[in-house]
Amino acid sequence: MRHTISVLVENEFGVLARIAGLFSGRGFNIESLCVAESIDPSISRMTIVTRGDDRIIEQITKQLNKLVDVIKVVDLTEEKFVDREMVLIKVNAEPSVREEILRITDIFRGKIVDVSPKTYTVEVTGDEDKIVAIIELLKPLGIKEIARTGRIAMSRGTKLLG
Amino acid sequence: MKKSGAGIFIESLIREKVNTIFGYPGGSVLNIYDILFDNPHIRHILVRHEQGAVHAADGYARASGRPGVCVVTSGPGATNTVTGIATAYMDSIPVLIFTGQVPTPMIGNDAFQEADIIGISRPCTKHSYLVRDISSLARTIHEAFSIATTGRPGPVLVDLPKDVLSTEIEYESPKEVKIRGYRPNYEGHAGQIKKVVSAIIKASRPVIFAGGGVILSVASKELTELAKITNIPVTNSLMGLGGFSELDPLSLGMCGMHGTFMANMALTETDLIIAIGVRFDDRVTGKLDEFAVNAKIIHIDIDPTAIGKNVPVDIPIVGDVKNVLKKLNLLLKGEKKEWERDHHVWLEQIEKWKSTYPLTYKQEKDKKIKPQYVIEQINEITRGDAIIATEVGQNQMWTAQYYKFTKPRTLLTSGGLGTMGYGFPAAIGAQVAFPDKIVFDIAGDGSFQMNVQELATAVKYNLPVKVAILNNGYLGMVRQWQQLFYNRRYSYTALDSTPDFVKLAEAYGAVGLRAEKPEDVRKVIKEAIDTPKPVVIDFVVEPEENVYPMVPAGRPISEMILL
Ligand SMILES: Cc1ncc(C[n+]2csc(CCOP(=O)(O)OP(=O)(O)O)c2C)c(N)n1
Ligand SMILES: [Mg+2]
Repeated sequence: MRHTISVLVENEFGVLARIAGLFSGRGFNIESLCVAESIDPSISRMTIVTRGDDRIIEQITKQLNKLVDVIKVVDLTEEKFVDREMVLIKVNAEPSVREEILRITDIFRGKIVDVSPKTYTVEVTGDEDKIVAIIELLKPLGIKEIARTGRIAMSRGTKLLG
Repeated sequence: MKKSGAGIFIESLIREKVNTIFGYPGGSVLNIYDILFDNPHIRHILVRHEQGAVHAADGYARASGRPGVCVVTSGPGATNTVTGIATAYMDSIPVLIFTGQVPTPMIGNDAFQEADIIGISRPCTKHSYLVRDISSLARTIHEAFSIATTGRPGPVLVDLPKDVLSTEIEYESPKEVKIRGYRPNYEGHAGQIKKVVSAIIKASRPVIFAGGGVILSVASKELTELAKITNIPVTNSLMGLGGFSELDPLSLGMCGMHGTFMANMALTETDLIIAIGVRFDDRVTGKLDEFAVNAKIIHIDIDPTAIGKNVPVDIPIVGDVKNVLKKLNLLLKGEKKEWERDHHVWLEQIEKWKSTYPLTYKQEKDKKIKPQYVIEQINEITRGDAIIATEVGQNQMWTAQYYKFTKPRTLLTSGGLGTMGYGFPAAIGAQVAFPDKIVFDIAGDGSFQMNVQELATAVKYNLPVKVAILNNGYLGMVRQWQQLFYNRRYSYTALDSTPDFVKLAEAYGAVGLRAEKPEDVRKVIKEAIDTPKPVVIDFVVEPEENVYPMVPAGRPISEMILL
């Protein structure tokens, strides 16, 4: 099963390498990994999306916790949470399809963030279903390139990670 | 007071009560060596290869319980330590590795003797630091010691750029070490400990399976007490040998691939395994699906990741083995149960296994020396009171089987990584810690040659280590597998250009002895012990002797090939 894990780590040199090395060295899978500074600049927050049966997920959380630079690990999958991803899509924008692109972008509450004579760059934020859906809709019009951020997540309600 | 980085380094070691380090100099650590030149507080042992420095620090740590410390230069000095670090990591040994590094402005430029040792060693250290700023140097060193020696111990590497060592700052001794992401749980959950009590009371065929964690947490006494209160037999993993006296009637000896018949049968037939400070390594469990199928499993370990990793556990307890056993014993003492009577049938069954298939070999008078005989004689002559290091291979397994370990910290062996070449430098480290004890390295002719250069170290510091080479002319353990599973095709396992070990010892200024006949064995062992110098003994043994029992890889541990 797929799990979304939030991890607070020391905002230090080499921490990302430790986490990535843990996953590769032990053969755990990473679907996506996002990391950036948290509200406390000495702490970074990671969101790791991974897959595995219960035993593997238990090992992953335990192994993460065991790293000295890891301050806190929470498997969000055990509770209610929101997750979001952003995508930039550079799509072919011949005059004949411009209208269509604008319409689709609008439906997905996206934005055109860059324009050139031949391309539009669309920005969309949402959960995975939404991201996949807009990509599917734009594909027939000629997607030239995409960049996805991978997922970030947070538990719902008043609950905090830190 | 103003101090250089190197000065702060030495000061920090002294504050950590370090009085001995093992090392090898080079360009990037010259500032440290300049202080060591006439520092009265720290004794530096110059090894002959950086791998030897780490193994010696590791042997020092295993024998004494204090952390082992080594210092090496950048680049090749650092990369030479990797096998030593991985060895210590797999066996959870507290070793501090201080590596020189090129100056910070040059890091990443492929400078002369630059190696990304943090990157290289990351998967085999408990933690590591690159000190980029002299102001964090002292704190980092104390953190490194704290991490190496607490929780599940392990090696910690600290990389020291040359400019950090050479610049000066105003030195203040740092305050208490606090690391927010590092809080090992020592206590053990009270509710879980109660559950263990009732599980033990209900069991009719219980067995204690005790490992290296017992030795690391100094819990032999508590383990022995647990066994005595409850009258439950104890088997040890290789790393656990010495944690429970093998002379105790409740001892089943070692279990696993080359374990005793009774230990493996007990683990197979048991209804309750009380696993203490072990990690259920594949060399112990054999085929996992058929391991202890009818047993409940209690697992006590300070490392949560060890629990439930290989076998499903019914009652997990995360905590320090000593703490948990103390609490458990207290509760068990309050129970009214007739342990003797209740475990009577089970212990009789074990006795039967023991007498049907004891460990066995035959030393015939006019034949070649049997390696097992050598170990039995070392055991007898030292009255089990020596510190015994081993190499890896048949020599290691025969030592585990035939030397009767009765005290913790008397067996130094590379269990997890299985590093040939470990034993001799480890024995040197142990002898440094205990100059008056008898220290043996029970070696193979192959393994000894992997760190033979350390003979110079032993001679230089007059460390009277005894190397007992079980010279079978083969990479014996590999040959055994070839014999049993590869149709006797002895591919590249004959060691046919081995040096004359007696002459080799003499060339280094050590003493060389040889025994070729069974009747010489005792005499030579005694002579070695009576010689106040490093001694290499070449025991010319039966070339194709095998280690039995043996569980073929991937088979359940009840399926032993017996002699
Ligand atoms: C560094 C290293 N290389 C290779 C091996 C694989 N290996 C395991 S046992 C063994 C043979 C050891 O030979 P020897 O030291 O003569 O011991 P014996 O088995 O003959 O007692 C080898 C090559 C190892 N364990 N370590
Ligand atoms: Mg050999």
